[in-house]
Parts: sequence; structure tokens; C-alpha cells
Amino acid sequence: MVAAAAPIGAEPPPALLAKLRLILAGVPDPEIPVLSVLDLGVVRHLRERADGTIEVGVSPTYSGCPATPVIKADIVQALTHDGFRAVTVDVLSPPWTSDWISEEGRRKLVEFGIAPPAQAVTSPRQLLQPDLAIACPRCNSTDTKKQSEFGSTPCKSLYRCESCLEPFDYFKCI
Amino acid sequence: MMPHCAYVLRIADTSLILAQRLGEWVGHAPAIEEDLGLANVSLDLLGQARMLLSYAGELEGRGRSEDDLAYLREESEFLNATLVEQPNGDFGQTVVRQFLVDAWQLELYEQLLESKDPRLAEIAAKAVKETRYHLRYSAGWLVRLGDGTDESHARVQDALTRLWPLTGELFSTDEVDREIAQAGIGPAAEALLPGWSARVAAVFAEARLAAPVMSPFSWHGKQGRHSEHLGFVLAEMQSLHRAHPGATW
Repeated sequence: MVAAAAPIGAEPPPALLAKLRLILAGVPDPEIPVLSVLDLGVVRHLRERADGTIEVGVSPTYSGCPATPVIKADIVQALTHDGFRAVTVDVLSPPWTSDWISEEGRRKLVEFGIAPPAQAVTSPRQLLQPDLAIACPRCNSTDTKKQSEFGSTPCKSLYRCESCLEPFDYFKCI
Repeated sequence: MMPHCAYVLRIADTSLILAQRLGEWVGHAPAIEEDLGLANVSLDLLGQARMLLSYAGELEGRGRSEDDLAYLREESEFLNATLVEQPNGDFGQTVVRQFLVDAWQLELYEQLLESKDPRLAEIAAKAVKETRYHLRYSAGWLVRLGDGTDESHARVQDALTRLWPLTGELFSTDEVDREIAQAGIGPAAEALLPGWSARVAAVFAEARLAAPVMSPFSWHGKQGRHSEHLGFVLAEMQSLHRAHPGATW
């Protein structure tokens, strides 16, 4: 699972980089398909190796997340489809954080009915602090209640809004 | 086996066997939320075990992959703490076991952030964040059950009394631990005790649970000497791979 040290590659020229980013913006996260892999912040680097192969550094969100191998395969497939030779390498350090979800990604999450992470993870220790009030993605009420630490995936908790009575997922800070 | 490899295997196997045990709950938990919760914790532990097993295979230098180590070792070659191979029992017993291990893993990974082994420090940095959520989950349930009805209180108190003697092993330093600590690779087992004790005592107080007295008897799962339960866990976990070597999904 953990790849050996990545061969050194160079940052692609701006035009190529823009093209690659455009392709990756069209690769959805398999579990939250409104987010692209760029919105999710799992793409850590793009490099062009000496032989022209495009190397994409990917950080797993959670260690056991079953979406990670699918994400890597989808990235390679999308780039191959557009005529590139592509490989992914695992980037473990620094570990992925919910802070890397883009502003665009946070907006898309709300539209999709998932409350985005409530705060920046300046220190992981704060994960053991009491929860902040989470706003309902449908009616924006903060009168919400946690139902379970884990939702449909490890990255989310299950909440219920006490105002509109709808259940919703909350993307946890990590 | 060199101490460095044995040390990584101990951490890896403890995660792997606990992940397998938690997986037994899928489809059987008392509510859908707990089914998802236990499965999600299991997945994290499995992911952590995979990173650690791959690394242990590299340290060993005999070309064994994570799958070789998980599926093709015998019982006496597994170095997990005896606590994690114990049967699930009822939901309360699973919560007690999980809480005791979560609090230990949190202490371990926090100390491993300072490891002189950069690979281990990297894995710890990833795992420590997930472990905090595991501990929130298990501690939350321990308080709800311990401070709940007479029935739920009695069940988790019984489970605690039963499982407590198995925690001694987590903090008993042996030759491997001593060498690891001297090399700055990881903390000695006993160095995890003060932080762990403080953490569990605070939750026990909130859960109205009494911590039993630490027993002088210690298990030796981390040296490959296990309780009668591990063989059954492995029989189930390894059967498919042994029947169909190299099978993939």
C-alpha cells in the first residue's frame, strides 16, 4: 500500500498543468460524487517525469477508506483517456486534513446536503474537545443533534436537525 | 527476528486482529448507527494495519507482502496484544475492549510522533487523528452504558472486570521494547501507562465504573503466546486466502 520513494519529476509547464487540472476537475470522488478529487484536496502534486509520464501524488483521506484505490484508478483512467501516460504515488506525509477541502468543495457539500467541516484543524488535539454547533445544510438552523460519531463513511458523522427534523451527514474535521 | 520488525508487527497485528473482531459485528450490531460505527472503526484499523504490515515486511527483508504476513503466518507468529483477540461478547463488552485499546493506541501514536524512525512517525501522524475519533466513540458509549440503567451498568462493569487483567501486557516492557526505546524508535511499553491510566480513570469516573486492581499476572500475546481465541479468529480470517492463494476481489 505504501509506495517507495517517488522518482523525482519536474513541475509541468503552466499550460500543461492547467490542462491536467482541468482533467482532474472532472474526476469525481466515488463516495461524494459532487466533489472532484481536486475539491477534496487529495491530489498533492503533479509532476512530469523524464519519460513524459505524469505522476499524481495522492493522499488517502482515512487509512482504511475503500474509495482511495478507486480514486487512484479513476485518476489514471481519466488521464490515459486524454492521451497521457499516468501513475499515482501515495503521499502519506503530511497526512490529509479536512482543511484541504477547497472553498468550492465546501459550497458543493452544502448544496449536496452534507454539512462541511466546522473549523480548521490547527491542532489535532481539538478533536477531543466538545463539538461546535453544526448548521443544518438544508435550513441553516444550528439547533442540531449528533446521532452517531460515524455516518455512511468514516469521514462523516450522522446528525439530525431539530428545526426541520431532517437527518444529515456532517463531514468531520480531521 | 530483529526487534525493530517485531515491534512494528506488534502494533500492526494488534490493529489487524481488532479490525477482524469488529468486522464480526457487521449486520449484527444493536442499531444501524452502531453497525456503521463499528465497521468504520474496523476499516480505519485495517488501513493502519496494512501500512504497518507492509513496513514490517520491508524491515524483515524476506520479500513478504502485507497479504503474506496477514494470511500466511501461524498463530504463534502473530504478535498482537492478547486483549484484542478476546471474543466480542455483548455490545457492552465490545465497547469496553475498544475503549481500553483506543486509549492505549492514542497514547502510543502520540508518543510515536517523536519516533526517530520517520516511516513510523508518518504512519502515527495519520493514525493518531483517526484514533481520536475511535476514542470519542468508545468513551461516549462507555459513559452512556456505565451511567445508564442498572442492567447496562452491571454488564459493562462485568466486562471491565473480565478484560482488565489483559491490559497488564500492554505496559510490560520486554527485551524488544527496551531495544526500541534505547534506539529512540518508540516508547517503552511502561512509558504509556501514566497517560493511559489518567485517560481511562477520567472516563471511568464519568461512567460510574470502578477500575479493578491491576493483576500481577500478565499475558504474552506480543511474544506469540496467545489465549485459545486467536486460532479461531485466524481460521476465519485466513481460510479464503489459504484455499485460494493470491485471490483478489
